[in-house]
Amino acid sequence: MKRARMVLALGAVLAMMATACGKGGGGGTTIYDSVGKGEGALKLIAWNGYTESGEADKTVDWVTPFEDESGCKVSVTYADTSPEMVTLMRQGGGKVYDGVSASGNATNLLIAHGDVAGIDVDKIIPDYETIVMDSLKAPGHNKVDGGHYGVPYMWGPNFLMYNTDVVTEKPDSWDVVFETELNGQPNPYAGKVTAYNDAIYIADAALYLKAHRPELGIDDPYELNDDQLNAAVDLLKQQKTLVSKYWAAYTEEIDGFGSGDMVVGTAWPVNYTYAKADTPVAFTFPSEGMTGWADTWMMSSNAPHPNCMLKWMQWTMKPDIQLQVAEWYGATPSIKTACDQLRKDIGTDADDAYHCGDDAFLGGLYLWKVPLPDCGNGKQDCADLNTWTDKWTEITAG
Amino acid sequence: MLVVYLAALVLLFVTSFWRLNPLTQFIERTFTLQNYHQLLTESSFRTVAIRTVGMAAAVTLTDIALAFPVAYYAARIATPRVRNALLVAVVLPLWTSYLVRVFAWKTILEGGGPAQWLLQHIGLGGIRLTFSNWAIWIAFTYLWLPFVILPIYAALERIPPSYLEASGDLGARAGRTFRQVVWPLALPGVVAGSIFAFSLTLGDYITPELVGNTKFIGNIVSDKVGVIGDLPFAAAYCMVPVAIMAVYLFMARRLGAFEAL
Repeated sequence: MKRARMVLALGAVLAMMATACGKGGGGGTTIYDSVGKGEGALKLIAWNGYTESGEADKTVDWVTPFEDESGCKVSVTYADTSPEMVTLMRQGGGKVYDGVSASGNATNLLIAHGDVAGIDVDKIIPDYETIVMDSLKAPGHNKVDGGHYGVPYMWGPNFLMYNTDVVTEKPDSWDVVFETELNGQPNPYAGKVTAYNDAIYIADAALYLKAHRPELGIDDPYELNDDQLNAAVDLLKQQKTLVSKYWAAYTEEIDGFGSGDMVVGTAWPVNYTYAKADTPVAFTFPSEGMTGWADTWMMSSNAPHPNCMLKWMQWTMKPDIQLQVAEWYGATPSIKTACDQLRKDIGTDADDAYHCGDDAFLGGLYLWKVPLPDCGNGKQDCADLNTWTDKWTEITAG
Repeated sequence: MLVVYLAALVLLFVTSFWRLNPLTQFIERTFTLQNYHQLLTESSFRTVAIRTVGMAAAVTLTDIALAFPVAYYAARIATPRVRNALLVAVVLPLWTSYLVRVFAWKTILEGGGPAQWLLQHIGLGGIRLTFSNWAIWIAFTYLWLPFVILPIYAALERIPPSYLEASGDLGARAGRTFRQVVWPLALPGVVAGSIFAFSLTLGDYITPELVGNTKFIGNIVSDKVGVIGDLPFAAAYCMVPVAIMAVYLFMARRLGAFEAL
């Protein structure tokens, strides 16, 4: 009896493996250049705060008007890190989700593996050339080999957020989160520092070392050879002794600042938007520079509702929609024609904090991108994403 | 049912010998030992496994220490009305969701919260509870306590009072009766309860994520599956708790725990 059951079990396993082997890769990449009739539904993967439909704040809603106009009912799955977004996008052979608001460390992975469809941006968005910021018209993170793979959404920096009651002087350097000693005294914020819980944060450490240890020769914080990577890892292990908790879900940072367990650390604009309601926080752009992100709405190559996704892309490329997102989330629109209205709405912050339409400022940010072995100088000895991920596990798990 | 269960375990085992192609990020169904090699050579995975097993052992011992008095009181001393009320009180938290209970502890343990305040007032202000292994230990002990109390209660309830009377008649004092009569008869129940506390702590990843700041086996598996999509490595790492529990259950069976469940 027992043997019969084992045979049955093994048979079931072999059958499962046989069916699992059937999945093949996608076909050639489709390029969408026209929008047809909507399919009635849209499934998105997005960063929290990018798809507000009135739940957080009744007056903040740019999804319901889209649903009314297009007839596409939107459902959103939120993700906290880029690798999560890539994994979600690939679920079910790419047939589960229609689109994703991908940052640069996800876009190139998705493009390289045929997960996302080409978009003829000039045909889908007729005024594309006139409304988009120059540096975001055809950036390397979503235009590859002559083809566009999505439309630009919001961009922003990973700035330094701090509790103004505890950190009484505005910090001008990232040393407050990395160094165990400040000005010869032990770091007063030890045990209350926070950092982003993803391998891409290694770039922030590398950026700090670029300024403070120039002998390492770090130029691009995403292109690190063994020595540079190990120096960054050592810095992060030192930082771990200062950290109360790493945040990945944005609510972790908001709660952390609210309870006083975190007083200083890297943050997204949306975290600041929520945190400032209950906690006295402010943000600053440290002198070493900042990493950042420029997000793109991309469509799956096997999207179940392609026309609804194209309609969503057209919707999010409207200046007044990006304006609403900017004012809620705190990130900057890719559409420069939204800037005049932003200046009218929030005054000088549009230029001082958001740097709306400022290609030079955007150019100064070290945008998230996939670490590749290609160091850009002919050598191939830079660490790739898997090495970064393993190092991050080593830092946080050890 | 058995077929589904066994097939899932076998598939998990088979997956641990596949690999994730680092360039295409797709799973290749070719036989390789690289996952196990990585597990054994990289020290951070050893650290995580030791930390998880250590925490599981600590939680189990603490739960037994807390559960035994409660179970003994309910089984042998309490009047029927008090016993019923006590059992209801033990089981009632299980009616709320797991997440609610963990979030409650997160709030209690956060900086500026009641737990830290209490420690400061009794002079132990130097111990940092928030986002620490202490917090994880406290939360786990609380979460699994009902599962440890109930089997011990069942075992203690079954001891006939005549055994204790006979022991007294033969001249044994309370301590000796406990050591040589009560404890051996309760042991299967204790081991049965310990299975719950140990195995549940071994695999949990939500509690360390919410109240702690460190990684357990479950967190590594969750990262490798949900974030990276490296199912083969996650499957290989899952074999560690499977192996540990296989040994544990074998020993538990020898001690008679399965009759007590």
